Amino acid sequence: MWAFFHRLGSPKWFYDISGKWLPWFGGLAVLTLATGIVWALLYAPADYQQGNSFRIIYIHVPAAILAQSCFMMMAVAGAIGLIWKMKLADMFVKAAAPVGASFTFLALFTGAVWGKPTWGTWWVWDARLTAMLILLFLYFGVIALQAAIEDFSVAAKASAVLALVGLVNIPIIKYSVEWWNTLHQPATFKLTEKPAMPAEMWVPLLVMVIGFYSFFAVVILLRTRNEILERERRTRWVKDIVLSKVK
Amino acid sequence: MKHPLPSADTPMASLWSAMGATLKRDLLLAFRRRQDLFNPLLFFVIVVSLFPLGVSPEKTFLQTAGAGVVWVAALLATLLSLDGLFRADFEDGALEQMVLAPQPLYFLVLAKVFAHWLVTGIPLIVLSPVLGIMMHLDGDTLPILMLTLLIGTPVLSLIGAIGAALTVGLRVGGVLISLLVLPLYIPVLIFGTGTVSAALSGLPVTGYLAILGAMLALALTLSPFAAAAALRISFSN
Amino acid sequence: MSGALLQAKNLFCERDDRILFEHLDFELNAGDIVQIEGANGAGKTTLLRILAGLSQAYEGRLLWKSQPLEENRTDYFSNLLYLGHKPGVKSVLSPLENLVSWMGIRRAPDLQAILDALRKVGLYGYEEVPCHSLSAGQNRRVALARLFLSTEAVWILDEAFTAIDLQGVANLEALMVERAKAGGAIILTTHHEFGLYQHLRKVTLGRRVSRESRLAQGVLL
Repeated sequence: MWAFFHRLGSPKWFYDISGKWLPWFGGLAVLTLATGIVWALLYAPADYQQGNSFRIIYIHVPAAILAQSCFMMMAVAGAIGLIWKMKLADMFVKAAAPVGASFTFLALFTGAVWGKPTWGTWWVWDARLTAMLILLFLYFGVIALQAAIEDFSVAAKASAVLALVGLVNIPIIKYSVEWWNTLHQPATFKLTEKPAMPAEMWVPLLVMVIGFYSFFAVVILLRTRNEILERERRTRWVKDIVLSKVK
Repeated sequence: MKHPLPSADTPMASLWSAMGATLKRDLLLAFRRRQDLFNPLLFFVIVVSLFPLGVSPEKTFLQTAGAGVVWVAALLATLLSLDGLFRADFEDGALEQMVLAPQPLYFLVLAKVFAHWLVTGIPLIVLSPVLGIMMHLDGDTLPILMLTLLIGTPVLSLIGAIGAALTVGLRVGGVLISLLVLPLYIPVLIFGTGTVSAALSGLPVTGYLAILGAMLALALTLSPFAAAAALRISFSN
Repeated sequence: MSGALLQAKNLFCERDDRILFEHLDFELNAGDIVQIEGANGAGKTTLLRILAGLSQAYEGRLLWKSQPLEENRTDYFSNLLYLGHKPGVKSVLSPLENLVSWMGIRRAPDLQAILDALRKVGLYGYEEVPCHSLSAGQNRRVALARLFLSTEAVWILDEAFTAIDLQGVANLEALMVERAKAGGAIILTTHHEFGLYQHLRKVTLGRRVSRESRLAQGVLL
């Protein structure tokens, strides 16, 4: 276990092994996303209340799940980077922040698109949407801090601290926003809480979630590999790769 | 010339006296630059008076919005003063000496934040009833507003210290702090204003105050720790 | 056996794609005065900040009394006095207030000792004057008065003699030699020449561009 952990810290080892993982994740992402989208849009039954507009949850829910778990992964990686000084964890933090922000934005956007036919308005101060918006702000904070600090390892450590502080705050923010929401507009129609969703609806949703995670893995691997090449560009093994591409 | 010989067992200052020295120093510095202390206060008053001018001077609107407006203005005024928490000490090298002190940085940061709250938070609290009256809040609600600010503003200073510590070495500091810290202020804002709305509609407020108190306890335990870590990271640059 | 106070093993540091130093081994024993030499930009300040435990931007190991420094930070800091480029003197406070607040974090402030120290650095009569009305050299002297108050075994001094006149430099030199003889240890950078002391060692940091990075640039361009 420890040997694996230490090898994982070595950028070269990760670069090699992630190159082998990439096609698998890529294949899985294409397969599940294609199946999921076709299934969700063509074969899943329409909702008896909302008709076809409910189908946006097949994008919205996976994006929202990923947006939240990405922040958590970022904070955990940040903690690993701070405690064990693992370079790879630093690179992950840097690679993950914009991706997580994009998924958060996607979740907000699809939420708004769904809100238009359902609530008759683009934006509702629904507890989940508001919490998502604050999550987007937290992502922007991490990205802005990274952009402001020139030194790579200082930027990584500082954003790791911020991500950890954010992680502690996320449950508090969620709780207070939900409390605030019930205070101001009681009993709204919840976006995703559908009692007893039939299997024809949730199985494609599950496929989409898997698809989103695989896609996320591909993007993160590519971004981390890029970061590794940039950070390690003076080492012999990176030069060998560059030379072999030039030829 | 005789000098004390180097020895490992020189009696060190106790934690309390080191914190006391830091607090005393920061208060003395604030006193010497006391004209600077008025700026956030003035800002506080001006922001609050913008709302009747910008939205509506009607009594019903001001009564419902009053607590929120005072809270948002207090929050922004705190934010404005945060950049000075570590920056001046960072630039003249005094912070270096603090980071290298043989005391847990946690407690020195705590002392500095306490000093910051004494010179920015307390005046805001003292001034808040005046603004509350201007917003037509009634006499029963004013003490509740003050009480929420009394529990809430230390949380603002504590969380803000993390942002100030993360950005202390950066040129863009001021604006960036707002970006980092404002989302984290949202729970305090919600419960601060929520308490006052509850009081306005005649509901008991002890539960809300307890939640605010819990936030203060959490911020007291974790924020100086994060801010201390952030300071060490900022010195790595 | 007394053993080394501070040890650096296989230190490596790079800044903006330039390797400042690598494979740097270094040992500081009681009685040592070590001068770090090198051209501007060679990494002298960076090295001192790393040795002082301020900067983490390095690879390699630092040992304090044969223990990893990170795990013994409190003990190390209670034995370390670091004076950097920035004097750490608050301009709105007087020299006396500055030293009282500085000392208060470390030990119980001893007013008499502080007044003595200020007299020794030639600030007699300026104790209560706000530092912003003192000259740059006088401000530097306020910072240096800490040396006369120090009970710390290790001193790390970065360009300590800047803006100090000849007599002041001579006094400080005498203080450092006396200190080293009493079992202290000093690491410093300075542009001032002094080779009086038998234990003075020099560590030279060279300005080097690694051959490999030049190679890489050649390939990419």
